[in-house]
Amino acid sequence: MEEQSLGQRLHIDFPLFFGILVLCIVGLVVIYSAGGQDMNLVYRQAVKLLIALVGMVIVAQLPPAEIARWSFGLYLFGIVLLILVIFYGDVGKGAQRWLDLKIFRFQPSELMKLSVPMMVAFYLADKSLPPRFTRVLAACVLITIPVLLIAKQPDLGTALLVATAGFSVLFIAGISWRLLTIMGGLGAACAPILWYLMHDYQKRRVLTFLNPENDPLGAGYHTIQSKIAIGSGGFYGKGWLNGTQSHLEFLPERSTDFIFAVFCEEFGMLGVLFLLCIYLFIISRGLYIAINAQDTFGQLLASGLTLTFFVYIFVNMGMVTGQLPVVGVPLPLVSHGGTSMVTLMIGFGIIMAIHTHRRFLSF
Amino acid sequence: MAKEFALKDQDHESSLIARRVHISAFIIFLLIIMIISRIFYLTVLQHDHYSTLSQSNRVKITPIPPIRGLIYSRDGVILAENKPTFSLGVVPEQIDDLDETIEQLQEIVSIEESDIERFKKAVKKKRRFENIPLRLNLNKEEVALFAVNRHRFPGVDVVAGLNRYYPLGEKLVHTIGYVARIDDDVKRLDESNYSGTTHIGKLGIEKSYESLLHGDVGHQQVEVNAQGRVIRVLDRTAPKPGENIHLTIDLSLQQIAIDALENRRGAIVAMDPRNGDVLTFVSSPGYDPNKFVNGIDSKSYNLLLASKDKPLINRVIQGKYPPGSTVKPFMGLIGLENGVRVNSDESWCPGWFSLKGHEHRYRDWKKQGHGHTDLHKAIMQSCDVYFYTLAYELGIDRIYEGMSRFGFGQITGIDIGGEKKALMPSREWKRKAIGQAWYPGETLILGIGQGYALATPLQLAKATATLANKGHIIRPRLVSSTSNSITNEVNALPNQSESKITLSNSVYWDDVITSMKDVVHGIGGTAWRSGLNAEYNFAGKTGTAQVIGIAQDKEYKKEEIAEEFQDHALFIAFAPVEAPRIAIAIIVENGGGGSKTAAPIARKMFDHFMNNRDLISKG
Repeated sequence: MEEQSLGQRLHIDFPLFFGILVLCIVGLVVIYSAGGQDMNLVYRQAVKLLIALVGMVIVAQLPPAEIARWSFGLYLFGIVLLILVIFYGDVGKGAQRWLDLKIFRFQPSELMKLSVPMMVAFYLADKSLPPRFTRVLAACVLITIPVLLIAKQPDLGTALLVATAGFSVLFIAGISWRLLTIMGGLGAACAPILWYLMHDYQKRRVLTFLNPENDPLGAGYHTIQSKIAIGSGGFYGKGWLNGTQSHLEFLPERSTDFIFAVFCEEFGMLGVLFLLCIYLFIISRGLYIAINAQDTFGQLLASGLTLTFFVYIFVNMGMVTGQLPVVGVPLPLVSHGGTSMVTLMIGFGIIMAIHTHRRFLSF
Repeated sequence: MAKEFALKDQDHESSLIARRVHISAFIIFLLIIMIISRIFYLTVLQHDHYSTLSQSNRVKITPIPPIRGLIYSRDGVILAENKPTFSLGVVPEQIDDLDETIEQLQEIVSIEESDIERFKKAVKKKRRFENIPLRLNLNKEEVALFAVNRHRFPGVDVVAGLNRYYPLGEKLVHTIGYVARIDDDVKRLDESNYSGTTHIGKLGIEKSYESLLHGDVGHQQVEVNAQGRVIRVLDRTAPKPGENIHLTIDLSLQQIAIDALENRRGAIVAMDPRNGDVLTFVSSPGYDPNKFVNGIDSKSYNLLLASKDKPLINRVIQGKYPPGSTVKPFMGLIGLENGVRVNSDESWCPGWFSLKGHEHRYRDWKKQGHGHTDLHKAIMQSCDVYFYTLAYELGIDRIYEGMSRFGFGQITGIDIGGEKKALMPSREWKRKAIGQAWYPGETLILGIGQGYALATPLQLAKATATLANKGHIIRPRLVSSTSNSITNEVNALPNQSESKITLSNSVYWDDVITSMKDVVHGIGGTAWRSGLNAEYNFAGKTGTAQVIGIAQDKEYKKEEIAEEFQDHALFIAFAPVEAPRIAIAIIVENGGGGSKTAAPIARKMFDHFMNNRDLISKG
């Protein structure tokens, strides 16, 4: 047995922890500006951050084998909750996503962001990789059920992220390229069906994405205003607290989903490069942990969670810069809001657990 | 677990996964490059373009609502004004927890549940950075209390505004109506013109003259800094205030009519037959329009709705009453014009009338009968039998045609909405509405204004004015002119002459008018008491409309009948006979006889009007 480092004993991965902390601080700084210099908003976000960090550290204490054992139960529990939401859920902003647990309100779809990759990793790690065709099919079913339930709420953004989490595990597990191509083709073929199932507002968003200038005051407003914010920021930015787009309230959802536009306006391209560096650092660390995990479950889960984290970033930035349709995906660890932050932190907690519970046999 | 893994080729799996992770990392790298190039495109290549757009975004356009026009009476008394008020406005975007803020505000000013409800509705509708009123009509104390605590509530402010106020309250509510908060009217509005407006006319003059009273919205273009504070005003288009409106209502005459009605249910209309100016417009009881301006609470509203006196009904244009004997002068004219009677033709009145071959006795109000009766006597003493026979000989078709020409069963066209047509029955109407043929007996009672016939007080007044004008029909109106609130330039509205009833012999007019004059001035006229010692001549006709049918062998006994089933008292009149300047219709619900209850009211009004003729003509 090797001598355990401090990080090993506390089950905290310091590089990851450091990257996350820097991101959170950047988030608080931007929220202060985006929220109209409202210190209350910053305090409340800081409290949520602390809770999420504590959650992360607690989860990091669990041995990965324990986590693997929970996968199936957690997955089943999540499905039941999603079905309950359909019948008993609170309606918020036109979608039925919340379950009122009296003490706090809970969004079961958030749980699925973690439990779907866990379940898929658990299932695939059981037999040797790459998975056989039937097992790939079974994994697809495991992913599709919660995704459809979430899409029905309707919450397309979360459904997309849950699907990504599941499929990225599948990808890492070594599913053959031929199968991947077929699935991609099938997905493209399903698009018209999806279009048929979409709500009007979702269709409008997609149409608006294709041509935002079509409806500058309605659905295209978000995209146009955020592009103005980013573009007018220039290379160096307008400076902290000086973003006119955000402060003059032209920019919607500016402390949540569109916070990246505020960031760009005030810190410019230079700031973006810095922010991307932190993100890349966290992602590299996540992937490094994935490769060095001791068992297949850990490898699959760590890489799946890391890839999902990146998809968050990519979808959010793509949406804010007008390259993707507007779906409600926050900028991870920067946007204001508690729920997605707690999920992300727990995800990092799992990654840390995978890394810090390794046992080294000395030969 | 370890045992399971032992079965697998761990090394092979690890290298497979590592390969896939590397591929992912490469894809991530490519996508990050994509994001960076996009950001580069926006921030560097397109920077100038977006900078310009951002600059123009710093210019805000805010609406300046126009000031609503005032409403004056003919004698220059203000009837609807704008009073300064203070309300508590909230900008939802600047507040994190609305409920908490409201709770804290409640410690300072009282905020009712209904206020919160309305506020939350508005929050959903409006944009998050708009100022939405939470509590209206703060008193001075509340304003001061809030001012002291203001620092605790960012995003909450006292907003000064103007509130519509009706100083005369219920006296003119049925004429002027009221304004109230804009809700579902938005559809019928020009939205940009109403962008700063909170209230809109909902009833009466306020509604029908909305476009004139409202005015045109103004705009202010301001440049703001990053915090949203106004740096300078770039451009300002002043709002065009609404026009002031001058009513034809003579407030002193209105007051006399209200006093004379003594809070009974009823309606009084007086109009100038020469130009259609409505001088008096009383529908009693009224209600306080000021309660409606910022939303009446449901308890008070239900009280009004449930009231037996039905204050919400505008009796002048919506009350449908059997016109009773007031139709007799018109019936007489129709008889003369159609050649069924000449003025001197006499009927024998034994106190009842029966159709040949029928036993049913149509009774005269005078049990012992009027004896030999010509048209003059029939109108003067209101002989029913004369008009039974006249109606029978005319037949329903000619009656319907003739009465319609006088406007019975027709919209008068007055300049406020909500008018009811009431009813002048015809064969066709009965077939359609009831599905039966017309019976001759129904023609008889139509001759004395009973049966199916219904008229609004305004219809009666207009018909009376037509009679006074000897056939010249004029549309009643409530607004004589508008004036610009800045330049005071007066814009007189033309009166609307409709058409003329031409009789084959114009003497018929004089025959009937003379008879009506003798109703009040002749010996034995039904309203002779009301004509005593008058310094001028006026002409009138009493009416008593049955509310319930009296059985054949029973007699109408006032004492035995509950108040709500007692007869309606009616009176139509105009003065002076020689050159009429005022025509009146009066209905006192369940007031008993027209001569006893309604005619004296007319006399009081005429006395006032004739003695103050200088004042009137000036107005």
